[in-house]
Amino acid sequence: MKIPATKYPVERFTLDNGLRVVLAPDRSAPVVGVAVVYDVGIRSEPEGRTGFAHLFEHLMFQGSENLEKLAHFRHVQGAGGTFNGSTHLDYTDYFETLPSGALERALFLEADRMRGPRLTEENLRNQVDVVKEEIRVNVLNRPYGGFPWLKLPPVMFDTFPNAHDGYGSFEDLESATVADAAEFFARYYACGNAVLSVAGDLDVAAATEMIQRHFGDVPARPAPARPDFDEPDLTSERRESYADRLAPLPAVAAAWRVPNPIDDFAGYLPYVVLAEVLTDGDASRLVERLVLRDRTVTSLGGYLGFMGEPFEVRDPTAALLQFHLPPGGDVDKVLRTADEELERLAADGLSAGELGRVQARMATHLLRDTDAVLGRALRIAVLEEQRGEPELINDLPRLIGEVTPEQIRAAAATLTPQRRASIEVIPGGGK
Amino acid sequence: MSDTKRALPALLPAAPIKLPTQAERRLTNGLTVIAIRRPAVPLVEVRLRMPFARANLARGAMLSQTLFSGTAEMSTVEIAAELQSVGGGLSASVDPDRLMISGNSLAAGLTRILEILGEVLDGAAYPSDEVSTERDRLVDHIQVAKSQPAHLAREALLQRLYGRHPYAVQTPEPEQVRAVRPAQLRALHAERVHPAGATLVLVGDFAPKRALDTAEAVLGSWNGGGKDVTLPPAPGPEAGPVLLVDRPDSVQSSLRMALPAVPRTHPDHAALQLANLVFGGYFSSRWVENIREDKGYTYGPHSVVDHNAAGSVVLLSAEVATDVTGPALLETVYELGRLSTLPPGEEELEQARQYILGTLMLGVSTQAGLASLASTYAGVGLRLDFLSEYTAQLRAATRDDVAAAAAKYLAPSGAVTVILGDAAKIEAPVATLREVELE
Repeated sequence: MKIPATKYPVERFTLDNGLRVVLAPDRSAPVVGVAVVYDVGIRSEPEGRTGFAHLFEHLMFQGSENLEKLAHFRHVQGAGGTFNGSTHLDYTDYFETLPSGALERALFLEADRMRGPRLTEENLRNQVDVVKEEIRVNVLNRPYGGFPWLKLPPVMFDTFPNAHDGYGSFEDLESATVADAAEFFARYYACGNAVLSVAGDLDVAAATEMIQRHFGDVPARPAPARPDFDEPDLTSERRESYADRLAPLPAVAAAWRVPNPIDDFAGYLPYVVLAEVLTDGDASRLVERLVLRDRTVTSLGGYLGFMGEPFEVRDPTAALLQFHLPPGGDVDKVLRTADEELERLAADGLSAGELGRVQARMATHLLRDTDAVLGRALRIAVLEEQRGEPELINDLPRLIGEVTPEQIRAAAATLTPQRRASIEVIPGGGK
Repeated sequence: MSDTKRALPALLPAAPIKLPTQAERRLTNGLTVIAIRRPAVPLVEVRLRMPFARANLARGAMLSQTLFSGTAEMSTVEIAAELQSVGGGLSASVDPDRLMISGNSLAAGLTRILEILGEVLDGAAYPSDEVSTERDRLVDHIQVAKSQPAHLAREALLQRLYGRHPYAVQTPEPEQVRAVRPAQLRALHAERVHPAGATLVLVGDFAPKRALDTAEAVLGSWNGGGKDVTLPPAPGPEAGPVLLVDRPDSVQSSLRMALPAVPRTHPDHAALQLANLVFGGYFSSRWVENIREDKGYTYGPHSVVDHNAAGSVVLLSAEVATDVTGPALLETVYELGRLSTLPPGEEELEQARQYILGTLMLGVSTQAGLASLASTYAGVGLRLDFLSEYTAQLRAATRDDVAAAAAKYLAPSGAVTVILGDAAKIEAPVATLREVELE
C-alpha cells in the first residue's frame, strides 16, 4: 500500500534575541497547540542533583514575573485549554492546547515564564513534596516501577549524565535549593536555547506579530555549549538483576547502542523500523515466536530510546526490547531465543511483504500522532531544536517507507549478545 | 522584575462547536453505521460497540482476548499481517456494558479493515491452541493487575459500591479464566456477537455516504439476531464506615470515594459536571489546589463523573503519602463539604465553564477523539449533535444550579470511601475522622 504523507506548511524564523519559532498552520479545527522546548534535560543535571531537571520543570509552573502561583493553570484552563510539561533525556517541554481564540494568552504565559519564574523557598519545598509523591506513584508503590527506563541506563552507561536516575533520589531532591534553581534557569533556560512552536488554527502573519510582541523583549541570552555525552559502545555483555518486592512475575529488558540519531539519521532509521518488525503485533517476529509459539513470554515490546521516543532523542541512545515472563519463566532462555531470531533475520532476511506492512502500520502511527495539534506542535519544536529541520514532520512516513530489507538485515546483525546490556527483574512475590 | 505589570491578553470569542459532515444508516441486519468526515490526516478510525451486558465475566474477557485468534481461513498471524498491510490494527475490550472493537488504518485501507472485521465477526474460530495461550496470558495479566494499588483500590471500591449488581466485580479470578473452554467462547460469540443494537462508528478521510456504502457492502451480511439484554439500575452509593484495605508497607494510601451522579441526559447533569470541576475535576480545582499545590500531599488527585449504562457515579481518586493519609482525608471531606454548603464563586464557576466548553471542542478536533465520543454517545442512544444541547446547558447553568447540584450530589455524608494502604499506620488517623471498618 502506498504510504501517504501530510503537507503541513512549516514556517520558521528566529527573533532578534535568538528564540527560534516554528509555525504549522492548519485550519481544519478551531484549536491551537503551543509548545516551548528548552534544550536541557536529565542528562544535563549536575551530580548530586539527580532529578533536578524534572523538579525544575515543576517550578516553571509556580508563577513568573506577572503571574502569581496557580495563575498559569487558571489562565490556561479558564481559556478552555489544557497544559502540561515533561522532562526528557535531552529536552524539557511546556505546552498548551487551546481554542484558537486563546492563542495570544498562551503566548503571553510562555513568554512570562521565559523571562523568569518566581523561585521561592515555599514553592520549592511544596514541589519537592509533589515530586516525591509522583515518584511514589510511578516507581516506588507499584510493580515494575521505573522498569526499564530508570533501571537499564546504569547497566549500559558509565558516565553520570547517561547512567543516573532521572527521577532523582529523595536525598538529592530534598537538598535542592532556590539558588540551584536560579542557576539552572540562568544557564539553560536562555531564549537562545529554546524553540517556540504553534500548530493549528493560526494566521501566520497575525501569529508572527503576536510572537514578536510577547517574546521580542525576552532578554537575549545565548545557548550554553552542549557537552558531548557520547560513551564507547560495549565490547562485552553486561547483565544485572534486581529484586522488585511488588512484582509478581519475572521480566527482562535488553538494550543495544544504535547510530547517532542526529548525525547519522540514515543509519539510525533502520533500527527504528527493526524494532517494529520484531515487536509490533501478533505478526511480528518476536511475538510470533516467543508469545504465540514458545509461550515463554507473556508480553513484549521494542522501541528506540529509553523513553520510547525515536525522533526526540540524541546520542548516545539504544534499541530496547523488553519481555514479561510467565511464573517461573526462564530469562536466559528468552534472551537466547531473541538472539536466535535476530540471527535468523540477519541471515535469511525478511519474508515477502513483511517490511511493507510494518512500514504501512508505522505510517499510520506517525500520522495519527500528528492529527492532534499538540502532537504536531511538540514534534516540530523538537525537530527544530535538535535538527533544525521541523519540516521533517511531513517526510517521516516516507523516510520510514524507504528503509530497505537489506538495511533491516544489517541492523539486526549488530544486535549481538556481546554488545547487549540487560536488566532482569526478580519478582518478590507480588503483594 | 519590571515595575509595570503586563496585562493578560483577552480571549477572542470562541466559535461555536462546528460538527463535521456525517451520515448514518441502519442496515437491514440491525447494525447502525455512523460515518464522520475529518480529512486532516489520511486515516480512518473504527469503533464497533456491541451490547454485552450480563455476559459471563471470565468468558467475556477471554472472548475479547481471542476474537482475533483465527477463523477457518486465517490464523492469528495472518489476521494481524493482513491488517498491518493496510496500516491497520484492531483490538477488542469488554466492560460490563459492552464489547468494543477499536482500531484504525490508512484511509485507503477502509474496505480491507472492514472485510477483516467482518470475517472475524462471522467466523472467529477460537482455536484450542490459541485459546490456551491467551488463557495463560490473561491469568498472568490479572496477577500483575492484582499487584497494582490502583487496581486493588478500584476492585474494593466497586464491591463496596455495587454489592450484588454485575458492576461489583469486573475482573475475573484466575481460576475462572483457567476454566474457560473454546466451545464456551464459540457459544458466547454465537449468542452475543451480533449487529442488533450494535453501532459502528467510522471517522476519517472519506466521503461519509461512500463509507456507509462500503460498510453496508462488507458488513450487511453479518448475522442478524442477538439478544437485547439490559442490566437493572445500579444502586447508588450507600454511605458507611471508611473501608480500610490493608496493603502492608505501602508507601502511599490510595484514597477512593464515590458519590451519586446522574446520566448525561438528566436535567441536573450539566450543573453536576460544573460542580465536579470546581471541586476536583481539573487542575485548577479546589481539591487539587489544596492537597497538591498547597499541602503537597499528592501528585495527581482527580474526580470525574463516570457514566455507565446502568448508572452514573462521581469517582474521586488520590494517591497520598502514607503519613498524611488522615490529613488528606480531612481536606477532601472539607472541600466536598464547603462546596455542598456554600455556593461557588462567580469567577471560579466561569473558569470551570470555560474549561469544559473548551475541552469539549478540543475533544472533537481529532479523528480519534471524534470516534470515541461518537461511539460513547451512540452507546446511550445519543448522537454528536447532543453536544450542542449539552453546551447550551453548560452555558445556562447558574451559580444556584451548581450550588444545588453540589448539595445534592457532592455532600460528603453521602460518600462511599475506601482507602488502600498500610493499615497499621493509617487506621488510627483515619479513625479520628470517620468510623473505620477493616476489610
